[in-house]
Amino acid sequence: MSRAVRVRITVNGEPREADVEPRLLLVHFLRDTLGLTGTHVGCDTSNCGACTVHLGGEAVKSCTILAVQADGSEVRTIEGMASDGALHPMQEAFWANHGLQCGYCTPGMIMVAADLIEKRPDASEAEIRHTLEGNLCRCTGYHNIVKAVQDAASKAREEAGAAS
Amino acid sequence: MSAVEQEAPARFVGRSLRRKEDPPLITGKGRYVDDISLPGMLHAAIVRSHEAHARIVSIDASAARERADVVAVLTGEDLDDLLAPLPMAWVPPDVEVKAPEHWPLARAEVCHVGDPVAVVIGEDRYSVVDAAEEVLVEYEPLPVVVDMEAALEDGSPLVHESLGTNRSHEWSIGGGDLDGAFADAEVVVERRIVNHRTAGTAIEPRGTIADWRQDSLTLWTSTQIPHLVRLQLAGMLGVSEDRLRVIAPDVGGGFGSKLNVYGEEVLLAHCARRLGRPIKWIETRSENLQTTTHGRDQIDYVRLAAKRDGTITGLHVKILQDLGAYLQLLTPAVPSLGAFVMSGCYKIPAIRTDVVGVYTNKFATDAVRGAGRPEATHLVELMVEQLATELEMDSLELRRKNFIPKEDFPAEVASGVIYDSGDYHASLDKLLEHVDLDAFRREQAELREQGIHRGIGFSTYTEICGLAPSRIVGPGGFGLQGGFWESAIVRVHPSGAATVFTGSSPHGEGLDSGFAQFVSDRLGIDPEQVEVIHGDTGTGPFGMGTYGSRSLAVGGESASRAAGKVAEKARRIVAHMLEAAPEDIEVADGRFQVRGSPDKGMTLAEVAGAAYIPEDLPEGMEPGLEETSFYDPENFVFPFGAHACICEVDVETGKIRVVRYVAVDDCGPAINPMLIDGQVHGGVAHAIGQALYEQIAYDEDGQLVTGTFVDYALPTAAELPSFETDRTETPSPVNELGVKGVGEAGTIAATPAVVSAVVDALRPLGITFLDMPLTPVRVWQAIEQARTNGGAGGSAPAGSRPGDGAAPDGGES
Amino acid sequence: MIPISFDYEAPESIEDAIRLLGEGGEEAKLLAGGHSLVPLMKLRLAAPSLLVDLRRVPGLRGVESSNGGGVESSTGGFRIGAMTPHRQLELSPELGLVSRAAATIADPQVRHRGTIGGSVAHGDPASDLPAVLLAAEAHVAATGPDGEREIAAEDLFQDYLTTALGDQEVLTHVSFPDISAYGSGYEKFNRRSEDWAMVAVAALVRVRDGVCEDVRVGLTHMAGVPLRAKATEDALRGQPAEAQAIAQAAEQAAEGTDPPGDLNSTPEYKRHLARVLTRRALTEAAGVGG
Repeated sequence: MSRAVRVRITVNGEPREADVEPRLLLVHFLRDTLGLTGTHVGCDTSNCGACTVHLGGEAVKSCTILAVQADGSEVRTIEGMASDGALHPMQEAFWANHGLQCGYCTPGMIMVAADLIEKRPDASEAEIRHTLEGNLCRCTGYHNIVKAVQDAASKAREEAGAAS
Repeated sequence: MSAVEQEAPARFVGRSLRRKEDPPLITGKGRYVDDISLPGMLHAAIVRSHEAHARIVSIDASAARERADVVAVLTGEDLDDLLAPLPMAWVPPDVEVKAPEHWPLARAEVCHVGDPVAVVIGEDRYSVVDAAEEVLVEYEPLPVVVDMEAALEDGSPLVHESLGTNRSHEWSIGGGDLDGAFADAEVVVERRIVNHRTAGTAIEPRGTIADWRQDSLTLWTSTQIPHLVRLQLAGMLGVSEDRLRVIAPDVGGGFGSKLNVYGEEVLLAHCARRLGRPIKWIETRSENLQTTTHGRDQIDYVRLAAKRDGTITGLHVKILQDLGAYLQLLTPAVPSLGAFVMSGCYKIPAIRTDVVGVYTNKFATDAVRGAGRPEATHLVELMVEQLATELEMDSLELRRKNFIPKEDFPAEVASGVIYDSGDYHASLDKLLEHVDLDAFRREQAELREQGIHRGIGFSTYTEICGLAPSRIVGPGGFGLQGGFWESAIVRVHPSGAATVFTGSSPHGEGLDSGFAQFVSDRLGIDPEQVEVIHGDTGTGPFGMGTYGSRSLAVGGESASRAAGKVAEKARRIVAHMLEAAPEDIEVADGRFQVRGSPDKGMTLAEVAGAAYIPEDLPEGMEPGLEETSFYDPENFVFPFGAHACICEVDVETGKIRVVRYVAVDDCGPAINPMLIDGQVHGGVAHAIGQALYEQIAYDEDGQLVTGTFVDYALPTAAELPSFETDRTETPSPVNELGVKGVGEAGTIAATPAVVSAVVDALRPLGITFLDMPLTPVRVWQAIEQARTNGGAGGSAPAGSRPGDGAAPDGGES
Repeated sequence: MIPISFDYEAPESIEDAIRLLGEGGEEAKLLAGGHSLVPLMKLRLAAPSLLVDLRRVPGLRGVESSNGGGVESSTGGFRIGAMTPHRQLELSPELGLVSRAAATIADPQVRHRGTIGGSVAHGDPASDLPAVLLAAEAHVAATGPDGEREIAAEDLFQDYLTTALGDQEVLTHVSFPDISAYGSGYEKFNRRSEDWAMVAVAALVRVRDGVCEDVRVGLTHMAGVPLRAKATEDALRGQPAEAQAIAQAAEQAAEGTDPPGDLNSTPEYKRHLARVLTRRALTEAAGVGG
């Protein structure tokens, strides 16, 4: 049995602390230790992206990161995307554009897409598709997911334009 | 005149309203099986065979049992008290199906990699995985057979010694004078077409929680068929059905792979009863690729008879179906769904489909999105292309020449089923409004000058869905052991909001939203006021579940009819209270009002108030406002459409890129066009996956080569284009809504369009035929071989024997 | 799918990391981004008893020019800290070939976490960066109990998943010489964009007065280790930077390779791909039209 390690991780703005086995995957820390079950597991090999969260402001696959590696970091999950009862624009865009069907890949898709559009709201369709290459969806054929991301991007650009 | 036609124009049907289902799913508040935790819950891990075929010599679980974090380790002999093996529901009259017993844990012998041998139950998710590795199983290897053609040869190793053969069953369906058709044929085209093994791969793997308390079991499971799981569990566990409650919570995709009764569901229920604590098992993706049902995997020996003018006169298909090692719920029935529509869109007077089921040391195949119909469309459409090549005819002209004309509907086809409605010419015409074929041919020629190889491929398809009717599908007909109706209860609450309980059990299709649109139209309320409840045997009526594109055409019609009955009662109440005739009451502007006097009317809330506080109801009327429908259709429904695909092939590397995909589909009047498009997108992507990327592959020792998502290659957004979709709307006469299913249409239509596009691109190199999957290496090999052959006609696809249309075993059976 | 239990340390200095590796013995492993190691551990194909995480060790992140300071252009060569994630390289187009190859690794999430040091030290012949290091004639710096040493890329990759790094050595930096005078081309062939390379080719060509003065070609996944396509390099060196010369030289790209086959490739096919991709990469690197 390995020595437990204390981790302090800020999750969706709240500091959380726990003693964990070093082998505990970040996704299981979120799901089982904290009860944040919006982050999903769909494969064993870092391919499907259903477990995508933001770590230090970047989209990562939480199934391939040990909770101990995230010690001292900020994590944002799908549960932390809406604020003050208002959906995040990417959530809104997925809803408006029918960017989901069964919903299982959706949190990961929203997280990776939100990361992209926060950084590059002018991303082209090709760039959006390339950015989604680590997230698998079996329901939508990606068509409406791409449309949703484009929609959110265009709204982000409008907002940036209005603000400047 | 149907009830629907009596009503005022729809307020919600036909509109692309956004989905009711989405708010929890986009905020991380979905509830899939793995999101559920119960107090005192244990976890299970399954020890699986790494041998493809072996006798179990011994199982030593002592080390695992000694661990403090392990509660129990069970093996096959611990399940002796199960009353029946896992179910297989196809018992066709006059056909003998030789089937092995299939238990949740192997007894004495394992027959495929992944066959469960033991289950380890312990305190947490991680430690049971450790403990499972400490269960030591000694195997004595037995001979393995992986190839279905080899399995039929004399002297082949037997998957099940006790059956004495690898041939499970033979079955034929057809009609017309086939011998005459071939005797009189002016041209005969033959092909051996491989439709390889794939996997459904819902992104949520399977998972089950069993909780047994006070002689009652609650089972949460990721399934498409909760009621059928309950029924079967009752029989296997020897427990009265009323003591069992099966719940399909949010289900993260199915695609046929969750249309089953799986060993793990029985196992968990059994263990929870034995241990007195709730137990959770969540499938890993590696397990999912090993032991969640695969799809397709048939070899089709096809012969097509025609006249020189292009008239198709006969079609003979011999299907070898690779069953795998066991029969799951519907395994042997799958090719038959294709056989029903082997005519495709064409008027073919004589057709026979002969099916041979073959055991191999692989996991079971069963339904995967389309189930038999993608295979049928694939072979029919490729054969039409082959015939066009043979006759040097334009393949679209050939199609038009043979289309069943619009005026022939309802049209009985050679298999004996009756196509309900269709307009295949209109569908193809609409497709060609989107695809300027002449312009493409010019562009294609210009690009070829630059060394760029683009091609276009077409698929015109018709499919059979809306499974029902019971008298055709059920025990005395096709032989499935059940009824195939669907149920619904529509309950209007005293406040005027409504709840629909449906026996359908969706997993992403948007059923709640679609149902709410037509139910709200029928009741004069808003879709937000309609809640749709499903997937829980403890709340709704018995139902058959969601598969075979049946949820709208059967389940939806049922809900619509129940809502219609409620509306009818409401009309009588309103007529009584407003002193009008019931037939003069219409639903308009969100109210029940007197036709011609829009100022006289009542809202549903007012009607409900009157129904629940029955001070002034019509004479003899019961209080309350709730109705039930059990709907068993008179016929299947037959959606259809025309698709086109443009592909570009890098002829140096064999890599293919889908440049453009256009789909025109007809599933009757649209309830919600946005949802239809979404279904088509996903279906087309699934089929492109099969055509170009995905393959379940075993090596000759029966080891699974594609056991993770690294090797089982689902296409990603980076591989696919955006799709173009359009519709025609030909109502079905079968149901009042006029609707047909669309969940499988894209998957059924698309593979031949993709393959034909690639062949079209490579035709100048002498290639006229290719088998899937069109992986770069296979395409490159085909190009190399065609070059070696000097670009002579015919083709040389990797892994295929073109021209070898005759079946190897017994030929004309 | 979860790893076997192990102990974990996150030291704050190289010295402590080296000490911990020594104490942990053979079963101790360094952890960088973890995107090579953790997947293997989850599948239980790797089972270290101790992980020594480098995340707190200072000075291992970022890119600097060899003459100190930032990197506006790659003139003068540059040094990349071992813990620098692929994403940072991807977003640094001034790194040329390195940046282009890094941009093709797996997917954005993996590129956010996976590091150049982890990727190189793992020694997977299907990884993108090792062949780039070979072509660029880069060096890695490693610190161990006996101090720091430099290892040339050509000496680093010894066998499948095996490098010249000692059990207690920490790879700290990758140093690239000045390749600003070279044109570059990177061709990666895979079935899906997120996949490992079936074959990839990294090419550098220095053209002067229309002649290929120097040629370097690195091959990915054509053997148990990344390789240089020496025969091609020799054939093109001194030849005109023209399509025909490039095509002829590229025909020799598979010489001396020993590519593994799998479900989606055969050795013959991979040799063919190596020739095609080498031609394409050289064509771009030499600035030849078409």
